[in-house]
Amino acid sequence: MVAIAEAVPKRASRFRFILDRRDVLGSIFVAPAILYVLLLVGVPFLMAVYYSVSAYTIYDPSWRFVGLENFKQIIEDPVFHQTLSNTFIFTFGSQTLGLILGKFGALLLLRPFPGRKLVRALVILPWAVPIALATVAWQWMFDSLYSVINWTLIALGFITRDQAPNWLGSQGLAMLSVIVVNAWRFFPFAIVIFLAGITAIPQDVLDAATVDGAGFWRRNYQIILPMILPIMTIGLVFGIVFTFTDLSIVFLMTMGGPVGATSVLGFAGFQTGIVSGDVSHGAAISLFMLPVLLVVVVVMLRFIRRREI
Amino acid sequence: MAAVLTRDITKTFGDVFAVNGISLTVPDGEFMVLLGPSGCGKTTFLRIICGLERQTSGDLLIGGDIVNDIPPRARGVAMMFQSYGLYPHFTVRHNIAFPLKTQGVPRAEIYKKVEWASQLLGIGHLLDRRPRQLSGGERQRVALARALVREPTALLLDEPLSNLDAKLRASARLEIKQFQQRVGVTTVYVTHDQVEAMGMGDRIAVIDKGQVRQVGTPTEIYDEPADRFVATFVGTPPMNIVARNGGYLGFRPENFLPKEMINDGASTEFKFRVDRSEYLGSERIVYGVMEGFDPNQVITAKLPPAHVAEESIRPGEWHPFAVRNSALRSFDKDGKRVSH
Amino acid sequence: MQRLTVSKVVKETSFYGAVAFYLVLAAFPFYWMLITSFKTNPDLYNVSNVPFWFNDPPTLEHFRYLFEKTLFTTWLLNSLIIGTCVTAITLVTALPAAYSLARMTGRSGEALGIGIFLTYLVPPTLLFLPLSRVVTQLGLQNSMWSLVVIYPTFTIPFCTWLLMGFFKAMPPEIEEAAIVDGCSLFGAFIKMAIPLSLPGILTVVIFTFTLTLQEFVYALTFISASDQKPITLGVATDLIRGDVFYWGEIMAGALIASVPVAIAYNLFLDRFIAGITGGAVK
Repeated sequence: MVAIAEAVPKRASRFRFILDRRDVLGSIFVAPAILYVLLLVGVPFLMAVYYSVSAYTIYDPSWRFVGLENFKQIIEDPVFHQTLSNTFIFTFGSQTLGLILGKFGALLLLRPFPGRKLVRALVILPWAVPIALATVAWQWMFDSLYSVINWTLIALGFITRDQAPNWLGSQGLAMLSVIVVNAWRFFPFAIVIFLAGITAIPQDVLDAATVDGAGFWRRNYQIILPMILPIMTIGLVFGIVFTFTDLSIVFLMTMGGPVGATSVLGFAGFQTGIVSGDVSHGAAISLFMLPVLLVVVVVMLRFIRRREI
Repeated sequence: MAAVLTRDITKTFGDVFAVNGISLTVPDGEFMVLLGPSGCGKTTFLRIICGLERQTSGDLLIGGDIVNDIPPRARGVAMMFQSYGLYPHFTVRHNIAFPLKTQGVPRAEIYKKVEWASQLLGIGHLLDRRPRQLSGGERQRVALARALVREPTALLLDEPLSNLDAKLRASARLEIKQFQQRVGVTTVYVTHDQVEAMGMGDRIAVIDKGQVRQVGTPTEIYDEPADRFVATFVGTPPMNIVARNGGYLGFRPENFLPKEMINDGASTEFKFRVDRSEYLGSERIVYGVMEGFDPNQVITAKLPPAHVAEESIRPGEWHPFAVRNSALRSFDKDGKRVSH
Repeated sequence: MQRLTVSKVVKETSFYGAVAFYLVLAAFPFYWMLITSFKTNPDLYNVSNVPFWFNDPPTLEHFRYLFEKTLFTTWLLNSLIIGTCVTAITLVTALPAAYSLARMTGRSGEALGIGIFLTYLVPPTLLFLPLSRVVTQLGLQNSMWSLVVIYPTFTIPFCTWLLMGFFKAMPPEIEEAAIVDGCSLFGAFIKMAIPLSLPGILTVVIFTFTLTLQEFVYALTFISASDQKPITLGVATDLIRGDVFYWGEIMAGALIASVPVAIAYNLFLDRFIAGITGGAVK
């Protein structure tokens, strides 16, 4: 017969080892983070939705419910159509350009050559440096009078001074400039992502492909590309989300002009909601970003989950 | 008084029974080995004893006290992990002192105990090094010292030899066993390696699918297996099991010899055709089929080369082999051992 | 033999040509930033000058002006304060959260972790409207402290995710050994998990700091008073008198603000990548 010790009184034991209880400690540890996120992201998000269906402006802060009236007004506004299509063009253009630049840049950096470390450090710069500061540098480069780009084109004889394009002041060129700057910001990130993905591929897989007779292009498109798809997807998600919702580049370079040619959703929301004080319409404009974001995130998450290697 | 006693311990993860009702008693000072294949639940069971997992049902008593809801540090157990779990950012001395520091033992006392433990394991000269500067064997000794410095009621070891290469394993095995005998601490040792189990255990608990199949001394486990699983799990090559009379008949390869070698006592004869033979130096393993039994079932015989010349057992020919009746083991249709 | 050499030369040249192209593409704007900040104004604003090098000797006048006649040092100080406070808040919040999600919660923890990370993707251009209301309610409008309150909304999710990756990569054996040796769960966290994840923590600190330095949208929305601006906002919007951009000063300020961030990114890039890929691609 084994002596059975007196059971420790229930109440004392519950508190005696509280710092050991996995469930208690686990919840306490996560609580502050969850609270912060709920209070300052979750609640404001709901507030934004609420604004969009109310008639709230800072001059008339009444929470009158107006249903989908704001959305209707926005959709019927042709300026908004342009904003919406601008946003898509802006995103699609800069992401594609950035991806292509990134893919080939990564391939270049794969091969060891003298000074590679330095080159890599310099190539990272556009992404590493704060977006507003880099944009300001481009603003100066595109300046209507002193643009170094124009100077070079003139010096090389491609155009004369009167033909010098006003990069930020003409409709088509403004959009092009904004796309270029955003692609320029994005491509180092793309390079880094591609490099990470490609170097993660086990060498044996590549060797096997070479032994099996796969040449450069076949290796690239049938072996490497599928294997880096998950990480590429993550990079794309980041890229698309941040580009689609960005306002910094447009704000600093063109202020949405000329005549709304480069106005994007983020910027329009800012103009309407903050600068003009029409909170409800501003919120409605911003909410148009949501469906696209949701679709992108969901599609890509599902894509990743299915392709778990 | 038993140092460790479990009553019907069960552990489920979702609807999977990792441990399915284990009742075990480990008397004070015994070296108990938990032996079983990967995934049989032995490590989970050990972690339950330690307190790193909580059992779903059942009682656990350590040193006579129920410890079901008590965290590891209050149970009086010490554990040695598979990769030793040494604190990389502490010196060896601090590693060994740590269990005492957490319990508020006064500094002078800590110093004495650390000296004692390190002397016991012969690592006194390593006290100021860091774990990354030590060899595998040295790390093991530090882990042991750290485990013992608290003089625990039970010492738990989770496959500590599996990270060592084969050569070191044999000497480490000896070291641990001798050490345990000297110190006398109750030890529960988990392994999947039956050589370790047979060589080190005072008693072995063979575990499969979360249940104990048999508990006994190495001799009992080997000579009197309780069922087919234990019979075939322990012993290399495994026991031959053939279907017979609605049940099963078993005999170990070293007992399956040419008829000429068995001339004392009652024995059962089988006609045996050798298909393949492996010469291992100290023994010869032959594989073949027995007449009258399933022709697809390979029967193994372990022959001493000194007594059986190669020419006498030629592949392709039928030879008369036999097993002493005292070495035959019978199992019923469910695999449980019956006496014949 | 001849043909082989020629094609090899062509290959090498085009390779280095491509590398040079990328170099110029990436770095030219910064070269431009650099050289502009050292050029005299007459040199800068003269269309007939060759812009790629100095025509007048380089000058420090823009830097002097920046430090003496503008609020640049105030902005620097603001950013430092904001960065430090936000980093502190983030660490205190994200460290335990990441540990809990990595160690203590299993399946549901995984889902919660992804959920927290997804909030990082909620755009500031959506939240800035209601948040400006919140900031006003808190009486922090036009103050840099509004940023200290708001920035953790994106630094916490991101850092929790990063740290989760680091903790998951740590074997639990050492913490378990500490628990058996007498620590509580909390003690094991403090004495084992934190000291052993110091490299990860350092990476997170650096990245939080750079995240706060880079941020533009919230700063633009909440702050208009010149002396409350953080450095990025200040340099980008405040070095203008009327319609005239003080390009020399702007470039000088941009240069100073960019250098530490660029250095930090380069030193910690590998760690950062490991964190991202480790957390996302199992």
